[in-house]
Amino acid sequence: MLSYALRRLWQLVPTIAVVTLIIFLLFNVIPGSAISAAATDDLDPAAVARMREQFGLDKPLYVRYFSFLGHLAIGDFGISLNTQQPVTDLLLPRIWPSLQLALAAMAIAIAIGVPLGFIAGLRQGGLLDSVASVIAVSGLSLPQFWFGLLLMYLFSVQLGWLPTMGYGDGSFAYLILPALSLGVSFMALLARTTRAAVIEILHTDYIRTAHAKGLTNAVIYGKHVMRNAGTLILTTAGLQFGAIMGKAVIIEKLFSWPGVGSLLIDSIFVRDITVAQACVIVMIVFFLLVSLIVDMLYTLIDPRIEHR
Amino acid sequence: MNRLLRFARGRANLLVGSLIIFALLLCALIAPWIAPYNPFDGGNLMVADEPPSADFLFGTDAQGRDVLSQVIYGARVSLAIGVATQLVNAVIGIVLGLTAGYFGGWWDDVVSSLTGIFLTVPTLIFALAIMAVLGPGLLNVFIALGFTHWAYTCRITRSQVLLTRSMGYVSAARLMGYGPWRIMFGQILPNIAGPILVITTLGIGAAILLEAALSFVGLGAQPPAVSWGLMLATAREVIFTSPWMSIFPGLAIFLAVLGFNLLGDGLRDILDPHTQRAARDS
Repeated sequence: MLSYALRRLWQLVPTIAVVTLIIFLLFNVIPGSAISAAATDDLDPAAVARMREQFGLDKPLYVRYFSFLGHLAIGDFGISLNTQQPVTDLLLPRIWPSLQLALAAMAIAIAIGVPLGFIAGLRQGGLLDSVASVIAVSGLSLPQFWFGLLLMYLFSVQLGWLPTMGYGDGSFAYLILPALSLGVSFMALLARTTRAAVIEILHTDYIRTAHAKGLTNAVIYGKHVMRNAGTLILTTAGLQFGAIMGKAVIIEKLFSWPGVGSLLIDSIFVRDITVAQACVIVMIVFFLLVSLIVDMLYTLIDPRIEHR
Repeated sequence: MNRLLRFARGRANLLVGSLIIFALLLCALIAPWIAPYNPFDGGNLMVADEPPSADFLFGTDAQGRDVLSQVIYGARVSLAIGVATQLVNAVIGIVLGLTAGYFGGWWDDVVSSLTGIFLTVPTLIFALAIMAVLGPGLLNVFIALGFTHWAYTCRITRSQVLLTRSMGYVSAARLMGYGPWRIMFGQILPNIAGPILVITTLGIGAAILLEAALSFVGLGAQPPAVSWGLMLATAREVIFTSPWMSIFPGLAIFLAVLGFNLLGDGLRDILDPHTQRAARDS
């Protein structure tokens, strides 16, 4: 298992290399990048040249790429163009809140979406199934930031139960609304996937066999169906985690949540290219790691998958 | 009976979706004639921050502009961005997918690995990276969304080409001396248009959602432009005093996205025999 994990980790290296190359080219080749964004018209050419030298922009592109990679490998994202602080200092305190939010959203989505889809699948065509289907389709089309805005109005402004926005002291109350609004479309998708998986599994031969040999419904549903639906649900969950991290950017901004996403948005406004670049890379690398972990979990749920 | 019901429900997708999109198109096209007020005239401060009433069905904003009129005009930006970006994506995806599937070889390897990366990394993150370089603005949103969502189209086109490449009609076209481009665009493309249409329709919904999200955080449409996402951003500022401003623009986004999702699902039920069979079997 460990050697399998290490091998998979090693396989990530080329992907990360290509992604960083794309991001690097995007941020460095397109005109209007880095210094020209920071340099306004009234800045004299000598100062611009000095800045270019300071940030190493006078060197050829490939030299810059490899020095960029080298610094990246030791966790050095360069200096913020805006505040002149090391980017790592700005980025590090943002990672835990973002992680917290994504995990909480996922937990809510799984806790509601999977049982909903499961029951809907078992009672296919019933009232609950129809209700669940409507919820699923609506949830997928729902703008999460709007849902969040409505939640904010109901629970913070009207009822006064929860804080409107911000991170506060990091307590649980601040997390609830952002996580709920981020998790809602994910929940809809999970409900839909679970329902489809359950319906498919209920028609398989081994379920008929299980019924024939007199197993109780509880055992069949709890063990046979759930376990087999698990891989499919996990695939969806893993694939969607990236989407969650993307959409978290918007939710973080809505609730003034101090995560990587709101740092990214703020850096775009002040044209702080180095910070924006670091945020994007951190998100992508993180997302790739999550896909890896999901792959690892498969082997735990489904022993038929071999460690190759 | 059950099958009949399911058949009706499958068509209901299509029907409701088309109706919503038709209404949306109508709003966008004849906005100046159906909107009760002009949202670009700067507003009337005498009637600022009015809750919904007979004069202002959806209320007014802090500058005294009618929210209903803004919602009607907002359909223009959403539809324009949604359709335009997905057309660009469709063209990129079709050209890359057709050539990769038809020619194969090293080109296929390059396109496939690029597609893999664009499928792995969430569209919004790529789009934000592009926005970071280009800066805020609606045109930049178009660029960011137009070049990041093609991987789905590309993958499905390529796999369809691989399926049809060895079919009789393609060999016949080759024997008749048709060139590769004529075979790809004249023979293969019309035969695989169905799945591409489904992906593109669903993509329009996704793009409308992303445009609204980007405008909401301030990266998209800039005032005085009228966009649903931008309206919600304003609404967030005044949620304590003018909560009605949060409701209608969001509802409009929701309905627009729902319309394209329903239409896409409905089209898939008709055009894709595989899912149709699965639905019948279940």
